[in-house]
Amino acid sequence: MNMKEYSTQTKAVETETTVTLTVNGEPRQLRIPPNVVLLDALRDRLGLTGTKKGCDHGQCGACTVHIDGQAINSCLTLAVMCEGREVTTIEGLASDAGLHPVQQAFLENDAYQCGFCTPGQMMSASAMLEDERIGTDDAAVREAMSGNICRCGAYKNILAAIQTARGQMPTARKEGEVS
Amino acid sequence: MRSFAFSAAENVDQAIIACESNNAEASYIAGGTTLIDLVKLDVMRPERVIDLNRLPLKEVERLDDGRLRIGALVSNTDLAHHPLVTEHYPLLSQALLAGASTQLRNMATTAGNIMQRTRCPYFRDVAAACNKRDPGSGCDALGGINRMHALLGTSEHCIATHPSDMCVAMAALGATLTLEGPNGIREIAFGDFHRLPMDRPDLEHELEPNELITHITLDTPVVGGGSHYLKLRDRASYEFALASAAVVVAVEDGVIRDARLALGGVATKPWQAMEAEQALTGQPAKTESFEKAAEIALADALPREHNAFKVPLARQAILRALEKATQAAMNS
Repeated sequence: MNMKEYSTQTKAVETETTVTLTVNGEPRQLRIPPNVVLLDALRDRLGLTGTKKGCDHGQCGACTVHIDGQAINSCLTLAVMCEGREVTTIEGLASDAGLHPVQQAFLENDAYQCGFCTPGQMMSASAMLEDERIGTDDAAVREAMSGNICRCGAYKNILAAIQTARGQMPTARKEGEVS
Repeated sequence: MRSFAFSAAENVDQAIIACESNNAEASYIAGGTTLIDLVKLDVMRPERVIDLNRLPLKEVERLDDGRLRIGALVSNTDLAHHPLVTEHYPLLSQALLAGASTQLRNMATTAGNIMQRTRCPYFRDVAAACNKRDPGSGCDALGGINRMHALLGTSEHCIATHPSDMCVAMAALGATLTLEGPNGIREIAFGDFHRLPMDRPDLEHELEPNELITHITLDTPVVGGGSHYLKLRDRASYEFALASAAVVVAVEDGVIRDARLALGGVATKPWQAMEAEQALTGQPAKTESFEKAAEIALADALPREHNAFKVPLARQAILRALEKATQAAMNS
């Protein structure tokens, strides 16, 4: 016998439900079963294939996107849990004014080989550069970026690109600044 | 991934009733970093998933008695950088930031970190024998590749390590968990929450069915204490511990007044080394005392074929963490 007084019960979704979220500034609606992860919803249902599926277990970072400005692994996030959230993918990083400073810096620093991890690297880097809680030196950047694996081993140029982008972003803290 | 029913709870009562309202196997979800991973591997098979993210459990607040109360849903990132944590519990901040990756820390919650499952590869492989996943099926880790496995708190049924860094800091700092379930609210000491595997490695904690953790309350900080979390692992970042040590020490006139020591990566639960703590108290804050403490902390270590290297590794982690914490205490 239940000891608690319960006012209302939640309604469980058994098969499919409608999720409304914002993706790259646009309101989008999805009709999905509860077991669809955000990564698959973006790629297979919204056609946003820039976000990559690497390990599918939160170990490689290829699927990194922003939810409400924070970098997360979209492979471990249920799309149904993104109701009302703002999702930004690699397709939403550039603006009408041109490439995001991180994209421009990756280009100029040749910060990739095969390119498969690149969208995830850029999403992590762009969130990190706006996060004043993270240090600005190379060691802090490498630590903050360790959730993004580059199978080709382009880490040296990735680091250089991120520090180059830092100099181009008005909102990013500069190297040597302390919080 | 198998299908499951899904609901989002607006408050704790809704979460509890959603969990118990039918006989189906139910799981709570917060960050999802353990659950979705293990559902994809078919290791966890919930028929119902209840989303807790709308619950009002995201505050960190200092209580009148000086303790720190942390809401279950505070993310690992937010907790690590919270001013009350960095100022009064730098050990916890250090341990949190030593765990996982930026993305996972952004997703993972404080209670979820406590509830995370082992990384034992035999637990994660449904083709392997595992008493934790499938009680009575055996333990393939015992005679398998057990390099990552535990030295302390093991049994002949399970040698899986508890993977958390945060929990090692909490074991050293001391904490109380607030649990809420169909029968109301209760509290349990952090050290009593996780179970030893013994002959039932599938029973990992003291939560009753349909109960959930609502708050974690840290004991008052050790006055004048210095602390250090040292994690030794196969690579510099984003890797589970081979051995880790969390230390808090308070030193007066060269003598240890208070000592806290917990170990990670070498035990089946977050491991408070109580006898070593007692042995340190009242002793001079120098290497001989630290060596004695490390010896006591690891006296019951039971190495297997591939993990004997962890005994000297854990010893070094303890020594260095004690040295660093002592230096921090002297400089404070």
